[in-house]
Amino acid sequence: MTQTPREITRRQMIQRVGLTALVAGPAVGLLSSCATSSGSDTPSAAPSAAATSATNPFGVKADAPLEVVIFKGGYSDEYATQSHEPLYKKEFPQAQIKHQGIQTISQTLTPRFASGDVPDVVNNSGTDMLDGGALIGAGQLLDLTPLFAAPSIDDPSKTVKDTIVPGTVESGFGGDPAKPYTLNYVYTAYGLWYDAKLFEKNGWTPPKTFDEFKTFAETAKGKGITPYAYAGKNASYYQYWMILISAAKIGGNEILLNIDNLVDNAWNADAVKQAAAAWAEIGKYMDKSYEGLIHTEVQTQQNQGKVALYPSGSWLESEQAKDTPAGFEYAMAPTPSVAASDKLPYEAIRAAAAEGYVVPSKGKNPQGGLEYLRVMLSKEAAKAFTEKTKSLTVVVGATEGMTLSPGLTSVVAAQTAAGQNVVTYSLFETWYKELETELRKQTNALMFGRISADEFCANMQKAADKTKADSSINKQSRSV
Amino acid sequence: MRHGKLTPAALRKYGFITSFLAVPVLLYVVFVVWQYIQAFQISFTNSRGISPKFDYVGFDNFTQLFQDDVFWAAVRHHVVLLLAMPLITIAIALFFSFLLNLGGGQRNGRMVGVPGSAFYKIVFFFPQVLAVAIVGVLFQAILRPDKAGVFNSALGAVGIDPVGWLIAPGLALWTIIGVMVWQAVGFYVVLFSAGMATIPKDVFEAASLDGAGRFTLFFKITIPLLWDTLQVGWVYLGIAAFDGFALVQVLSVDRGGPDNATTVLPLEIWRNAFTYSKYGVASAMGVALFFMTLTFAVLTLRVTRRERIEF
Repeated sequence: MTQTPREITRRQMIQRVGLTALVAGPAVGLLSSCATSSGSDTPSAAPSAAATSATNPFGVKADAPLEVVIFKGGYSDEYATQSHEPLYKKEFPQAQIKHQGIQTISQTLTPRFASGDVPDVVNNSGTDMLDGGALIGAGQLLDLTPLFAAPSIDDPSKTVKDTIVPGTVESGFGGDPAKPYTLNYVYTAYGLWYDAKLFEKNGWTPPKTFDEFKTFAETAKGKGITPYAYAGKNASYYQYWMILISAAKIGGNEILLNIDNLVDNAWNADAVKQAAAAWAEIGKYMDKSYEGLIHTEVQTQQNQGKVALYPSGSWLESEQAKDTPAGFEYAMAPTPSVAASDKLPYEAIRAAAAEGYVVPSKGKNPQGGLEYLRVMLSKEAAKAFTEKTKSLTVVVGATEGMTLSPGLTSVVAAQTAAGQNVVTYSLFETWYKELETELRKQTNALMFGRISADEFCANMQKAADKTKADSSINKQSRSV
Repeated sequence: MRHGKLTPAALRKYGFITSFLAVPVLLYVVFVVWQYIQAFQISFTNSRGISPKFDYVGFDNFTQLFQDDVFWAAVRHHVVLLLAMPLITIAIALFFSFLLNLGGGQRNGRMVGVPGSAFYKIVFFFPQVLAVAIVGVLFQAILRPDKAGVFNSALGAVGIDPVGWLIAPGLALWTIIGVMVWQAVGFYVVLFSAGMATIPKDVFEAASLDGAGRFTLFFKITIPLLWDTLQVGWVYLGIAAFDGFALVQVLSVDRGGPDNATTVLPLEIWRNAFTYSKYGVASAMGVALFFMTLTFAVLTLRVTRRERIEF
């Protein structure tokens, strides 16, 4: 494939989904067993701590300088310089803030970690990000548990954890035993995307069950519109996300945990079979040519009104911004329910937190680092981030009163409707690339009618067994 | 000069030659041979490419390879490529170069090509000038599976449904062979034209006078006298048939698909090394590929060895 800049963004998106720290988990365990862990990673032990209070839960010294390093990539760093840092300064007017917006995070900071002269907050992102697992193993990162347990700035009766999207804390887990070391700040939701205007014009609503999906498909087909399509040539993973979401809706998130943990017969679970069978039925409405198209080609077709529903994530609207004609309004719907007995409701969506922020444990002002993250997780800071970057944050309700783009508005609505019903992000996608490659292959074969749902499950199980038996592949596991 | 005696003159001569050869040979050893040797070494390890530490695992990587469906699919595709691609390319190139050089019959007692030969020669060579990546991108548009594709819109104009050039598992590999042939033919037209130019014209003229038609000229005179060039072309094309990486990577569904229908060994080596971080397995594949290519080259040169016709 020719790699367009947009594709790189998409891949980075996945890579950045904040799981890097978790990915490196077991290896870190090995490292930490031979490294001397001094246990000095609790901020209260640092000499510069001041007395804690309700408004200063970490005991930040009011005049302690704070150094912030932001990855100046797709989101730039204006959100930090124009909102987050001034907000911190408002709390501690005497504090000097040193800001650095750079792209080469690893090259710039690795020597500083080695010499012990580290900044207080690092936005660890981009192609040149620091190896989070290695840092955790070396005791260089602060455990963020106190941050999530601290009172929220907006509502001191709630903890920070209660004000952010479920799953965010876990997405930043790393080390062994696993602890949250990374704050993943950007919220990404996955579902079926459509043109709200087109649906309105035709009096359609997104299907809520697969039966409705089929009826809808017939109707759309009658109008000469392809009811559902994805790009088989380079984006078959968009489709396997949908199959996995459906499997989780049928059988709960443990179906996906089992797949990640390579549990025997995880792929042969009824939920996976039903999900595959349901989607294979929808595949029959898709023209064969979609297997040979790339994502932008199919997305353009949707912009031209030729495709009704398209599986993707919340970056789609900005990705297509320059190709979207006037009068086209992106909206996202959850994937349809498969059966009435589904464990998760129709409203459940897959969501993931990305774009990591860490607090080095050996900085001069780690309390300030934690406080900075707490400021970031206030509604005001989150709102400013969304305004500057056109991306949602993990802070719940931060966009209230804001004028959002149609697509983001629908994501917020879907997020609110989903509540705690969040389909977990699959980690095998980065853990076991061979399995992931096989899944792409089998997904195309299933959706374009070359294999049945049973064969799909059997083939995937065979690939999972092969991965499990392969001693050259590092095994990882997760419990949440 | 007699052998065995190093006279000052001989020393000077060999020193002169050596001084010219040393640099290229050194470069070749450092940048080519050494990598081959390392690949052999790594193929017996469990190296993952991210750490200098690895263990020797004997023939494990090779055992794993021989049980791998994808590996065998790739090997099968090389067999098809090896049989079809050189044959089709050489046949077309020979036909064109014959027409361009001798196909026009005699004029003023000399063999000439068909009218406009000089122009066609340049046109045929065009694809050779394009980088393979550009050829890939070009054919993406040409082979697009829906009505927007160049081929399919042409077919649509005469009422034929779009053909899934690269998405039909039975057709995809042949489509890619087609693109390879398209790109290669031009070069071999030029190569064979040069070969034909070295054949003395009087041979043709004599045959012509004796009443040989174009058909006889081609099979009885041209091919036998062109055998050396053909043999070289065959080896080149055969080695190219063990590649195909760039075109498969750019053109095929999901890189090597659908359902492994187009995958080739270089692509699987790339995938194992850079996607799976299995440098050991990737190197084992490289070693297998090395022996396949070598076997092919040796066999071709042996089997096609004929008595050279001097002229």
